[in-house]
Amino acid sequence: MSPIQRQLQRLRHLVFAVLCALAPLAAATAAHATVEVNVNRGDVQPLPIAVPAFGGGQVGADIAQVISANLQRSGLFRPVDPASFVEKDLTAAVQPRFGDWKQINAQALVNGQVTVEGGRLRVDFRLWDVFAEQQLLGLQFTSSPENWRRVAHKISDAVYERLTGEKGYFDTRVVFVAESGARGKVIKRLAIMDQDGANPSYLTPGDSIVMTPRFSSNSQEITYMALRPDRSQIYLLNLESGRRESLGDFPGMVFAPRFSPDGGKVAFSVEKGGNSDIYVLNLQSRSSVRLTSDPAIDTSPSFSPDGSKIAFNSDRSGQPSLYVMNADGSNPHRIAFGGGRYTTPVWSPTGEFIAFTKQTGGEFHIGIMRPDGSDERLLTSSYLDEGPTWAPNGRVLMFSRETPGGPPKLWSVDVTGRILQPMPYPGSGSDPAWSPLLN
Amino acid sequence: MVRSLNSRTVIRLALVGAAAASLAACASKPKPTYPVQAPPTQAPHTELPPPTQGPVNQQPTGPLPGSSQDFVVNVGDRVYFDTDAYEVREDARPILDAQSAWLRRYPAVNVRIEGNCDERGTREYNLALGARRANAVRDYLVSHGVTAARIQTISYGKEQPLDSGSGEESWQKNRNAHTALVSGAR
Repeated sequence: MSPIQRQLQRLRHLVFAVLCALAPLAAATAAHATVEVNVNRGDVQPLPIAVPAFGGGQVGADIAQVISANLQRSGLFRPVDPASFVEKDLTAAVQPRFGDWKQINAQALVNGQVTVEGGRLRVDFRLWDVFAEQQLLGLQFTSSPENWRRVAHKISDAVYERLTGEKGYFDTRVVFVAESGARGKVIKRLAIMDQDGANPSYLTPGDSIVMTPRFSSNSQEITYMALRPDRSQIYLLNLESGRRESLGDFPGMVFAPRFSPDGGKVAFSVEKGGNSDIYVLNLQSRSSVRLTSDPAIDTSPSFSPDGSKIAFNSDRSGQPSLYVMNADGSNPHRIAFGGGRYTTPVWSPTGEFIAFTKQTGGEFHIGIMRPDGSDERLLTSSYLDEGPTWAPNGRVLMFSRETPGGPPKLWSVDVTGRILQPMPYPGSGSDPAWSPLLN
Repeated sequence: MVRSLNSRTVIRLALVGAAAASLAACASKPKPTYPVQAPPTQAPHTELPPPTQGPVNQQPTGPLPGSSQDFVVNVGDRVYFDTDAYEVREDARPILDAQSAWLRRYPAVNVRIEGNCDERGTREYNLALGARRANAVRDYLVSHGVTAARIQTISYGKEQPLDSGSGEESWQKNRNAHTALVSGAR
C-alpha cells in the first residue's frame, strides 16, 4: 500500500464530498517524509508552511486564506509570508519548483486549484514535502459553491492529520451562549459559529437564561439548560432540523445536562430540598435513574468516551473536588487532591485527560489531569476562566474568560498550555461547546 | 408638630388647590377638566366646600400593610451569606424572624425564595449552591411556622447579580437569598 493510499484509508470518513486521489505528479519515492510535527512537545517550533492562493480567482485566494489561518491558530504551523514567495502562479496541475520553496525555507507547501462546473465547486489540492521533493497528499473535494469555507476546513484537517498524525478539528462548529446587555441584566442566547468564528447565528431568542449547551459526540444535537424566574428545564435541540424538546419535568431544579458518548442518554443534576444529585435519563425509554444520593452537591457529570464511567463534581469532602464513578453510580472515588476548589470536569474525547476549572489563590485556572488524578497541569490563569470544552481530537480546549467587570470572551488553549489565544470571534460568549467533526 | 413644607409639597398642595377650585368652578359640567388623581366616575352633584385655607401637615402613610412594599420596606426581603456557605447567619435571623411573622400574619401570601451567588464560582456549582441557600431560608421560615406549601425555591446561581461590580463588597451583596412574593399580597 502506497503512502497516498494509506492517507486515503485514513481519510475515508470524509464522505462529505466526492473524494478521490490525484495521481501523484512528482516522481515520489516511497521514502519517508522528512516533515512532521509533534503535537506533544510543548516547545515545538511551528512548522513553516506555504499556502499560496489557490488558482481559480477570488474563491481560490479565500480558501488558501482560511487554510492558512486555521493552521496558524493551531500553533503548530507558521504560514510563510506570501510576499516572500518566489514561484508565483503555481497550479495543482504542475509540480512545484522545489528550489524556489526551499529558498524561503517553506518545509511544506499546499497548493490547489478551484473550478466551478455546472454549479459545483471542485477543489483539487496537493500537500508537498518541499525538502524531500515529495507529494504527501493529493485530494479533490466537490461541493456547492457556498460551502467553500467547509472545503477549506476539510483541506486544513487533511493537512493537519497528514503532518501531525492526529485527526484535525477544523471542520467543526461551536455552540455557545452569546451575552448582551449590561451586567445583571444580561440577555443570553444560544449561538453557533464555525470553529474559526465565521458564520455566527443565534439559535434561541433570548426569552430565558440559557446555559451550558453540550454537543452529542456523534450527532449535530445539543442539550442545554434554560432558567426562568420560577423553574428550570433541560432541552434537546437538533441543529439540523431545528426541533427542540424538553426532557420533561423533574421534582426540583434540573441542570448540568451532558450526553453519553453514544448519544442515547443524558446525565444531569436534579436539586431537591437543597441537595443536588446526579441522574441519567435514557432518551428512548424516557426513564431516569438516580446515580448519587450523597447529601453533598453532586453535579457536572461527564461520561468517559467508552461510556463506562462518569466524572463529576462534588463537595462531599468539604470543598468542591473531582470524582469518578462507574456509569451505574457504583464505586465513586475522589481523584483530585491538590489544594483549591475543583469544578467542571470534562472527559477528553480520547479518554486521555479530564479537563477542569480550578480556583486557587484568588485566580481561576483551566487544567487537565489523567482520569486517575495523576499528572495535573494548569494550562491557564486569570481572574475568571471556566467551562472547558474539548476539540474532537483532544488536543485543544476552548473556555470562557472574564476580566473584572468585563463580559466573558471565548479563548482556546492547547494541552501543552503553550498556545493560548482568544477565539477569532469579536462578540461576548460563555459556555462554549465544541462539536464533533462534521460529516 | 408642624413640618416645614418643602417645595415639592408646596407644588403638590397648589395642584390640589387648583384641582379643587377647578372642580368647584365646573360643578355643573359632567367632567372636570383637571383630574390629578383618579377621576370621579360621576359628576359631583353638590357644591364642593371652598379650598382649604392655611397650612396642611403631610405625613407619608407608609406602605399598605400586607403589600409587597410593606414586606420590602418594613420586613426586608433579602438575607446574605458567607463565601461558599449556606448557613443562615446571625445577622439574617432578625430579618427571617420578621419574614416568618409577616407571612403568618398574611396567610394568603405565597413566596418564592431565590438563591443567588457571587461570580467567584463556576456556573453549575453555583446553581447547586444557590439552591442550598434558598433551601436554608425555606427551612428557617418553615421552622418558624410558615406552611411549607406556601414556599417554592429556585436558584439563579450567579446569573442575576444584584451588584455588577467586581470586588468583595459587590460579591457580598450577590451572595443572598431573596424572598419574592409571588401571589396573595395586597
